[in-house]
Amino acid sequence: MQLSDFFTDYTLRTITLGTAILGAICGMLGSFAVLRKQSLLGDAISHAALPGIALAFIITGVKDRNLILIGALISGLVGAFWIKGIVKHTRLKSDTALGLILSLFFGFGMLLLTFIQKMPNANQAGLDKYLFGQAATLVEQDVWVMAVVTGVSLFVLLLFWKELKLLLFDADYTKTLGFNTQFLDILITSFIVIAIVLGLQTVGVVLMSAMLLAPAAAARQWTNNLAKMVALASMFGALSGVVGTGISASQSNLSTGPVIVLVAASFVMFSFVFAPNRGLLARAIRFRRNRKDLNLKKTLTFMHHIVRNHENISHPHSIRILNNFHGFTLKTLSVLEQRQFIRIEGDQWSMTEEGFTEATSIYDQLGQTDD
Amino acid sequence: MAPASTSNAIQVDDLTVAYDFKPVLWDIDLVIPEGVLMAIVGPNGAGKSTLIKSILGIIKPIAGSVKVFGRPYSEQVSKVAYVPQKGSVDWDFPTTALDVVMMGTYGSLGWIRRPGQKEKKRSLEALEKVGMLAFKNRQISQLSGGQQQRIFLARALVQDALIYLMDEPFQGVDATTERAIINILKELRKSGKTLIVVHHDLQTVPEYFDWVTFLNVKSIASGPVKDIFNDDNLTKTYGINYKVAVNK
Repeated sequence: MQLSDFFTDYTLRTITLGTAILGAICGMLGSFAVLRKQSLLGDAISHAALPGIALAFIITGVKDRNLILIGALISGLVGAFWIKGIVKHTRLKSDTALGLILSLFFGFGMLLLTFIQKMPNANQAGLDKYLFGQAATLVEQDVWVMAVVTGVSLFVLLLFWKELKLLLFDADYTKTLGFNTQFLDILITSFIVIAIVLGLQTVGVVLMSAMLLAPAAAARQWTNNLAKMVALASMFGALSGVVGTGISASQSNLSTGPVIVLVAASFVMFSFVFAPNRGLLARAIRFRRNRKDLNLKKTLTFMHHIVRNHENISHPHSIRILNNFHGFTLKTLSVLEQRQFIRIEGDQWSMTEEGFTEATSIYDQLGQTDD
Repeated sequence: MAPASTSNAIQVDDLTVAYDFKPVLWDIDLVIPEGVLMAIVGPNGAGKSTLIKSILGIIKPIAGSVKVFGRPYSEQVSKVAYVPQKGSVDWDFPTTALDVVMMGTYGSLGWIRRPGQKEKKRSLEALEKVGMLAFKNRQISQLSGGQQQRIFLARALVQDALIYLMDEPFQGVDATTERAIINILKELRKSGKTLIVVHHDLQTVPEYFDWVTFLNVKSIASGPVKDIFNDDNLTKTYGINYKVAVNK
């Protein structure tokens, strides 16, 4: 495969476009799921869609992808609001409710799938493709459906941006301001269900929740702004789709869905390690730098303590008298010398004017922050 | 409407709330006059937060009614501001201090309309009032507990309400912040607002508040601090022989 194939090969172009749009809508809506601490809701919904897929086939007897989508949508919605109902009306916690509905619906779906396999209907083959998805089956019409749904959900998101942000941050407060939180909740949950159902054909029931969560989790690492996070998550999602499709097209026997998910996961890994501020690396560096800096400051203030009893602040002292102070090393001393806070001659040190001023200002700062 | 109730900010009648089988609030009758600075005190599990949430319509009661200036809460939304417990939200949410305060303007804006320059200006003024203007662009997770509490207070101030309901605004704040907050509350009362505060530190009740409600599932007593804040009511509320040094 060559890069130019993306622009000339009609099938590949369709699939790439489809997975890109899917990634974008999942990243966008996934941000809301992650921030509402409902990450696993996506997983439960995608599994809950399976019996809908099977029932749509059993009832109609044909393998029409639109009918199957509608079946998945209904079953996914039922699962989602069942979970919410359980959490609201029983004392079960949401993780229990999610696990319960997920396995109940998935089990029922698998049961129906094995039942269908024994049916005397030549059409039955291929329903199990919805378990892991098959991007190759995407056609132009699917891409259009995805594009329209993405457009609509973007519009709704922008329209209710203020209210949704408020709901995400503080649901009780949203209610006291007179907003109908139930409406907002149904709105956002429904769109999440729709996004998941759209992805079932491509990524499949089992891995779909990763499409929802991975771009959002990666995006959160890079920004402290909700709008930027949603935009970034859409970009990561779209990029996962494009790169994943590209990788799987360049190798035979690489299933597209799992590759897309792995690409999205590598975005998460990269972001967790390398993002500024929130990244592990940045935090480790900051931690070390702070410690070193504190060590320097402590050493300097200790020296200041000795020096200030002398009339001449630059009077030399033996390095040995620092020994009963923990936390200084020869390296600390050489850094202090580099910064010209002290001078070292043989086994003697003396403080410079700069060092004395610096130490005094450290004392002042400590005094100010002590309130 | 009975003429006597017009000067009441909040009137609670026969309010009963239960999450499960055990009632959290039992048959509460409570009248809060306009313009008081009132503490709600009681032991853990007495239903203090629940009472506030019931007044605000966040929790649906089993029985009873709540009237705000003689009408149901849903008709008086713009007259009431709420300061939830600091721990009720995730402070790692991707937003800034100013943005949280701006949320206080959302109610008056209503659906869909976005805050503009006017709302921003009011929010900045509220931030200044609580001494947090310098932190306006700070990510909220980078704020200390006391600063987060001030942000919540500023968000309620922006609502420019007549009644303020606050759930433990002094919890986990240092002495400086507590002093700053109580000064703002006293100032609000001076301008005729009604303030209802869930409070834990019994020692400071006589100094901070002029009205008090003792609550322990049932309403034990409610009235002016100087009349009813005594060992008798404290013992009834807390169940043990409670002695508090009250300046008399």
